[in-house]
Amino acid sequence: MKTSLADILSQCSVWRGGALASGHGRTVPTGFAALDRELPGGGWPTGALTEILGQREGVGELQLVLPTLVALSAGGRRIVWLAPPHLPYAPALATAGIDLEYLSVVRAPGRRDGLWAAEQVLRGGGCHALLAWFRDIRYVELRRLAVAAEAGHGAFVALFRPEQAAHEASPACLRIAFEPAPEGLSIRILKRRGALIAKPLGIKIERPVHALAGAPFSTPCTRGSVARPCSV
Amino acid sequence: MPDGILAEIEGSLRLFRGSAAMVERIRAGVDQMGLTPTLAVAPTARGAWWLASAGQEILILDRAALEMALATLPIAVACDRPDALGLMHNIGITTIGELRSLPREGVARRFGQALLDGLEQALGRVPEPRNFFAPPLRFAAKLELPGEVTHAEGVLFAARRLLVQLEGLLAARQAGVRRFLLILLHRNANPTVLDLGLASPGREVERFMRLLRERLSACKLAKPIEAIRIEAENFVPLHGETVDLFEGSRAESEAWARLVERLQARLGSKAVHGLGLHSEHRPERAWRALAAGERPLRGDESAGVRPLWIIEPPRRLKEKGGAPFDGGPLELLVGPERIESGWWDEGEIARDYFIARAPSAALLWVFRERGTTSGWYLHGMFA
Repeated sequence: MKTSLADILSQCSVWRGGALASGHGRTVPTGFAALDRELPGGGWPTGALTEILGQREGVGELQLVLPTLVALSAGGRRIVWLAPPHLPYAPALATAGIDLEYLSVVRAPGRRDGLWAAEQVLRGGGCHALLAWFRDIRYVELRRLAVAAEAGHGAFVALFRPEQAAHEASPACLRIAFEPAPEGLSIRILKRRGALIAKPLGIKIERPVHALAGAPFSTPCTRGSVARPCSV
Repeated sequence: MPDGILAEIEGSLRLFRGSAAMVERIRAGVDQMGLTPTLAVAPTARGAWWLASAGQEILILDRAALEMALATLPIAVACDRPDALGLMHNIGITTIGELRSLPREGVARRFGQALLDGLEQALGRVPEPRNFFAPPLRFAAKLELPGEVTHAEGVLFAARRLLVQLEGLLAARQAGVRRFLLILLHRNANPTVLDLGLASPGREVERFMRLLRERLSACKLAKPIEAIRIEAENFVPLHGETVDLFEGSRAESEAWARLVERLQARLGSKAVHGLGLHSEHRPERAWRALAAGERPLRGDESAGVRPLWIIEPPRRLKEKGGAPFDGGPLELLVGPERIESGWWDEGEIARDYFIARAPSAALLWVFRERGTTSGWYLHGMFA
């Protein structure tokens, strides 16, 4: 593969003098102590790409970034959801504590439009978190986004990608993969600045079933057939 | 009532050498526009309006003459209430003069005080202050291109010259615009109109140009362009700084506004939206897409537990033995939460919602229509 200077610089293993001052190396807390402990700088990197890889939907994957989004929106920081696979549901987001005023959804049906929009958001400023969903994205395109993220205003950039992407090379600074686990999610850190850890991390996340456990109408129905709705 | 224009001409009579000369000039001007006016001049605005409405081309300069002229007019010019007109017709009143001969108290009681007030104003016994029409602020300028242009760069170059003028006008008015039109004129074809919207009012040339560049890069210039026009109206005041709550905010909100404009220019105006709450029990209506810049209302957040992803429209689930199935049987964990609403409009629902666990460990928000056998639907995912 041909390697350009931008290539090398976008690799996290290259440390540049003065880079700290430009936002490189800064982080925002994830809100999960177990995860923060393992991430360089104690949180999600900003001004760099984070990849969140996983196949399953509806297992709590958005909960991973929710505490960060709550904190950012509370500080009046704007958040963009780019090309989400489903519609983010405003009542649930509001209940989770996100200030909806600072949340925007950008729909970009085409792949090229999505990439273009991501780059615009990163370079344009005015946005502190970009969540983007890409089904397939090539290395050169990721690199372009990595450069844009670094040139931008230090936004937290989370790219949600399918699990298979773990086998592809990526210029992202942080790559994690999630799996459902009994207590919430099991997280594997595939790439981070610094030494790797092999052991998956257990992250406890809020699930609606726990949340409802105390509510009067909501006795979890665990007995018997899976088919019949439980009566209360 | 026909459309008309009221003009105060007393102050201009000397300049135009008398009312007769002035009326003729006005008539000539209106003729040139291809319209046929009925011109009436009277000491009161309402009097002149009524005379012209009645089709009387007349020039009246004193009150006594006005009173006589008005007396002959049909009452319909003074009153637009069909019930009152019918009543007057029944008692044989057809002209304003006949109406004025009736006792005032009776007229006020039967036909309303407003009619009497109108009469007094038409006669000039009661002043009738009116606001002068202020022409809308607008900008329209055209530029012939030195030769036919087929590429965006040429258009941009010319557009900048016009946009500089627009900026100058806006700066002088301390105003900005939310949108402007770029009209591309072709030799033998209808003009191409590009409508460019700004997320927040602005007047800077560079901002206009960025938008234009983005838009032109997205559209094909099929036909050669001979000339361009830029039009803008609905100026809005733009002065001082907008107050924002967080630090460093102004530059940031401006950067954001421009970003939204660029995204919308390429992806379409609906491609960028916010999310707002809506006080509604029906889950699909409990939220609203907000236009960029629209602020969400603080809504009622007291609904039950809701999923972060909503599936719109709800996806029909397979069933096995009456139970929902999605890659395997779904285990109903929590529920039912009954949602019945919307009987007053077309979207009536009666559903029982459950939180269900899929074999993949996903938690799903599913519902079953009550009172039907229409089966199970997936409406959300607890992501």
